[in-house]
Amino acid sequence: MQHGKYRFIVGFLALPLGIYALFVVWPFVQSIYYSFTDWTGLSPDFEMVGFDNYTRMLDDDIFWKSLWHSVLFALLVPLVTLGLALFLSFMINVGGRKRKGGPVITGVRGSAFYKIVYFFPQVLSIAIVALLFQFAYNPDSGAINSLLRGIGLDGLQPLWLGDPDLALWAVTAVLVWSTVGFFVVLFSAGMASVPAELYEAALLDGATRFTTFFRVTLPLLWDTVQSGWVYMGILALGAESFAVVQIMTVGPGGPDYSTTVMVLYVYQKAFRDGQAAYATTIGVALLVVTLAFAAVVMRLGRRERLEY
Amino acid sequence: MKTTEAPATTAKGKGNGTGKKEGTALNVFSHGILVLWAIMVVLPLLWAVMTSFKDDASIFGSPWSLPDALHFDNWSRAWTQAHMSEYFLNTVLVVGGSLIGTLVLGSMAAYVLARFDFPGNRFVYFLFVGGMSFPIMLALVPLFYVVDNMGLLNTIHGLILVYIAYSLPFTVFFLTAFFRTLPTSVAEAAFVDGASHTRTFFQVMLPMAKPGLISVGIFNFLGQWNQYMLPTVLNTDPDKHVLTQGLVQLAVSQGYKGDWSGLFAGLVMAMLPVLAAYILFQRQVVQGLTAGALK
Repeated sequence: MQHGKYRFIVGFLALPLGIYALFVVWPFVQSIYYSFTDWTGLSPDFEMVGFDNYTRMLDDDIFWKSLWHSVLFALLVPLVTLGLALFLSFMINVGGRKRKGGPVITGVRGSAFYKIVYFFPQVLSIAIVALLFQFAYNPDSGAINSLLRGIGLDGLQPLWLGDPDLALWAVTAVLVWSTVGFFVVLFSAGMASVPAELYEAALLDGATRFTTFFRVTLPLLWDTVQSGWVYMGILALGAESFAVVQIMTVGPGGPDYSTTVMVLYVYQKAFRDGQAAYATTIGVALLVVTLAFAAVVMRLGRRERLEY
Repeated sequence: MKTTEAPATTAKGKGNGTGKKEGTALNVFSHGILVLWAIMVVLPLLWAVMTSFKDDASIFGSPWSLPDALHFDNWSRAWTQAHMSEYFLNTVLVVGGSLIGTLVLGSMAAYVLARFDFPGNRFVYFLFVGGMSFPIMLALVPLFYVVDNMGLLNTIHGLILVYIAYSLPFTVFFLTAFFRTLPTSVAEAAFVDGASHTRTFFQVMLPMAKPGLISVGIFNFLGQWNQYMLPTVLNTDPDKHVLTQGLVQLAVSQGYKGDWSGLFAGLVMAMLPVLAAYILFQRQVVQGLTAGALK
């Protein structure tokens, strides 16, 4: 297969690689360079300023707030999402009533229905989900508070997104709501591929279903859980948190910077405040946080791979 | 399903009473939890559909009441006055162009990377795949000016090129793995018969890769259809807005105009086609979206 091989390789790679280099790789390299300048983004002129942007960043209270919220998102959102998804998929796959002559462990009746419904939010745009919940959270006419009034909890009428102590949790809940279903389906597929003999053997040895879950199911699913964690964390640091915070919160990022995240702060500095160079500096910090997060999860999660 | 009889009977002999009780209690409990979460997923969506048929007064007065009449005028107002029809058209154009581009360019690159040994193969592969874990926002600041300098800002074709570029990492990653699983003998036979590399690729390999292309195609379709961050930065001209942006824009402007019913109609309008397509092609969509994570 030598004839014309290199001409073919170059011909096939040139266009995809060219587009990718121009729109993805080159801007990444540029933004690291810009973080050492005083470029505003409004005019083409700039000078090198060394580490000025970085020292400014370390003194910037809003930066630290956004960093803390981003780290919280990257840790908390996957933890709650994956925990809830594992629990629900365990219920779907193992919670069934034993039928005569059937296998010892069975899925619940209607498991296919649950999986279809749980997956709904996954196909919707996070922007649409964010808009929907912005209205649901409305203190006066929103769905949530009027539901609370409807069941007699008139005293409990939180301001949700308007309350600096609650806003971040309200946003977190939306991120969890929109991604749990994806992982339920993913884990269900993983659980279905675990041989039934393993469960039966555990039950024969007198294990309860919950021991079975922690000693058999979870270890066998560990690889999927781990890559799910990294995937979810990257989303929670990047595009997803940008959409929900920018659309839902007042300010956006408020009230009183209580919900601002790094990705939003980069956007605001670059495209609202005309401080493009400083924005790229925060962007570099976001890059460091993302890579550190992925490395830590991969390292903590490293275990012997179980073959079955 | 292939349970042998022997262990099942032993299980019965050992702890029959407690095991059965545990099973029943667990069954009731798990159904309770599962139904609760199903309600939590469906209720907000149903609320939105219901609200889209109500008039503004009852949206504010009694958010959970059923509509007194089906106000279809909300929908027609959203479709025409609120420009939902234009947003739909823009989205179809952008996603159509970028989906085709992503699949063609992504499979070309993936095929070369999967099947040919050449110096720099690994480097190019990791250059593509590395793009999956980098925060896109970092690149967006200079990208705005790159796109601006090329005269592509606020254009449909500019947006298409950027969508393709940012869809390539996952597409190349997924399809490279897929092309590796295909047998080499067919391509070699075609080549021996005198087909060029290019012809072998388009007439032999691409048809064989169809299942993989469908999976990654669905993944990219949903990702691009639902994209919000890229157009927010690169497509600020209201006439060129895509659906997600248009809705957010609408939410801001309707806040002043007070036309909440129209906004909800727009929201549901954007939601329903995707949900309907998902229910129809449920198995393929789930396969497409979970394909990458199961690798």
